[in-house]
Amino acid sequence: MKEKTWVQDINTGFYDFRFEEDESLMFESGITPRIINEIADEKGDIDWMRAFRLKSLEIYNKTPMVDWGPSIEGLDMSRIVTYIRPKTRMRTNWEDVPDEVKDTFERLGIPQAERESLAGVGAQYDSELVYHNVRKEVAEQGVVYTDLESAMHDPRYEYIIKSHFMKLVPPTDHKFAALHGAVWSGGSFVYVPKGVHVDIPLQSYFRLNAKGAGQFEHTLIIVDEGAYLHFIEGCSAPKYYEASLHAGCVELYVRKNATLRYSTIENWSKNMYNLNTKRAIVEEGGKIEWVSGSFGSHVSYLYPMSILHGEGARSEFTGITFAGEGQDLDTGTKVVHAAPNTSSYVNTRSISKSGGVNTFRSSVQINENAHGSKSSVSCESLMLDSISRSDTIPAMDIRTNQADVGHEAKIGRISDDVVFYLMSRGMSEEDARALIVRGFADNVSKELPLEYAVEMNNLIGIEMKGSVG
Amino acid sequence: MANLLQINNLHAAIEEKELLHGVSLEVNAGETHVLLGPNGAGKSTLGYTIMGSPTYAVTEGSIVFDGEDITKLPADKRAKMGIFLSFQTPVEIPGITLSNFLRNALEQRTGERIKLWDFKKKMQATMDVLHMDYAYADRDLNVGFSGGEKKKAEILQLLMLKPRLAILDETDSGLDVDAVKTVSEGIHEFQKDGEHSLIIITHNTKLLDGLRVDKAHVLVSGALVADGDAALVDDINQNGYEKYLAAE
Repeated sequence: MKEKTWVQDINTGFYDFRFEEDESLMFESGITPRIINEIADEKGDIDWMRAFRLKSLEIYNKTPMVDWGPSIEGLDMSRIVTYIRPKTRMRTNWEDVPDEVKDTFERLGIPQAERESLAGVGAQYDSELVYHNVRKEVAEQGVVYTDLESAMHDPRYEYIIKSHFMKLVPPTDHKFAALHGAVWSGGSFVYVPKGVHVDIPLQSYFRLNAKGAGQFEHTLIIVDEGAYLHFIEGCSAPKYYEASLHAGCVELYVRKNATLRYSTIENWSKNMYNLNTKRAIVEEGGKIEWVSGSFGSHVSYLYPMSILHGEGARSEFTGITFAGEGQDLDTGTKVVHAAPNTSSYVNTRSISKSGGVNTFRSSVQINENAHGSKSSVSCESLMLDSISRSDTIPAMDIRTNQADVGHEAKIGRISDDVVFYLMSRGMSEEDARALIVRGFADNVSKELPLEYAVEMNNLIGIEMKGSVG
Repeated sequence: MANLLQINNLHAAIEEKELLHGVSLEVNAGETHVLLGPNGAGKSTLGYTIMGSPTYAVTEGSIVFDGEDITKLPADKRAKMGIFLSFQTPVEIPGITLSNFLRNALEQRTGERIKLWDFKKKMQATMDVLHMDYAYADRDLNVGFSGGEKKKAEILQLLMLKPRLAILDETDSGLDVDAVKTVSEGIHEFQKDGEHSLIIITHNTKLLDGLRVDKAHVLVSGALVADGDAALVDDINQNGYEKYLAAE
């Protein structure tokens, strides 16, 4: 059989297995004070949190829908179910997790990855974490890694949560931040004490199984002075015909001379509206390293933001976005240089095919006091056919003349000359194209955690190869 | 001597514009041919068309290699049969090292797996011939290479892949005197066993010093206007293309 060079879509069938919904508790759809109160009751919220939710709902109702990016008309908020409790409580022993949930994560390779290369794992299924575990030696270093609800109910951490939760991303930030404040559920709380170097990564995995639902997990990480952490989050969902919504929130506090590497591999199904907000504040001499791979979702608005708050703070953003048929992915990053001698480095790649749309949006702001700061933004886009789109929208706001700022954008197609060169050395056309795409993605994909880099290479291979030969 | 390549009345065009107007050429196994001609005569077009570039459409005539009509075969099939083109401007390919690329090409060429250790030894010995720093093997293919290093990397591939027919498209262009000498020595290495055929496209006959030349051809405005032996190269060297241009 002759192989096709192009296929319609990335084969994400791998993620499409699903189990019948048999949740013990599924709230009705829509967002009303009654539903918010039900969520607060269900979760046993402390009063301040219940008040926070209701206040957020008010803000949500007052805030207009976003109207500046890809269309989200297909998202009918009155039909989104905001809370689904899986049929299990959180476990710390994998064997105790119910079979169908366990099977889901087994297929995604989660416990296996934990055994091999992770210091701790959290697995969220719909609205709640179903499994959470951290290695003993890591816990003994004083590292806290737990779900946010447990932490909030723990007198040792309640104050920390209260003083950090949605302080970086307030509900007034935008409509979906307000929604998040009202209906958030699940997610992780991580605290790394001063000077502690966590040698192997922690990972959270988010799986949205129910249809027509939303996932609103909240991740709060504090890396204290001089500490180091690598945190990985992975996301996937099976495909349904009804729209789903992901409006998570990530708040990262990187203290003096600390380093946090935050890697995300997002492979939501193609019916997902991914309206996620991520923000980091970095103190003196600290560093945030974002690594972001976006492959899934129908529509994404995703711009992890770094606030370089202390002198000499640094941020690095490395991202790759792959948009196929029916995908409109609006991604990028924001940096605010709010202290002297801060630096930011942005390096992204995007690939679009089969009518997919990629928009790269970046915003770099250098405040008046941020003299001696440096920023370098580089984005490259590759379009694999003539029906796909790629746009670059860089914004810069430089308020001091003592800053060094660079921006570079390239948009291109696969060069016929390069394909011919490779073919003249015996490589088939499909292999040549796959090699070029891999090469294009290479300096980003090598930043991804190994198993994801391998997976991405395989995705590109499948993509370019067409029907399996 | 066995006939290896036979080009019959070849017409090639890019979009609607015909660039080759009926070229016929025969290359036997082990022969070295030199293809001369002024800029824009169609020399590179002929080289690319023999290799199977989709940029040029063959509108008439045929290319037969080793008895098989390859006019419609894609470039990778031709490469596997033993045709090689050294590019005038080799492309940069990030994401694959010269060494991995070469090993892959070698396996495509021979259809056999090759042990890493054996490959590496052979590659380094070949790099020695070309005075190439081993460090280039671990760099992405041609990325950030100087013009000279790119050309050496092409000749490295030539010597490793040992094609039955190699077309060298202005391999000497843009090289300094020492680099031309090194490349020329590499080509000599390739031709010396008398089994491999060459079509050398050049402006600069310095490259040919020390090489055996069996036949020479002059291409002007997409047609072969003179065929001869090494003496023709000397003639062009002294008198240029003037008489062929005037005859047009």
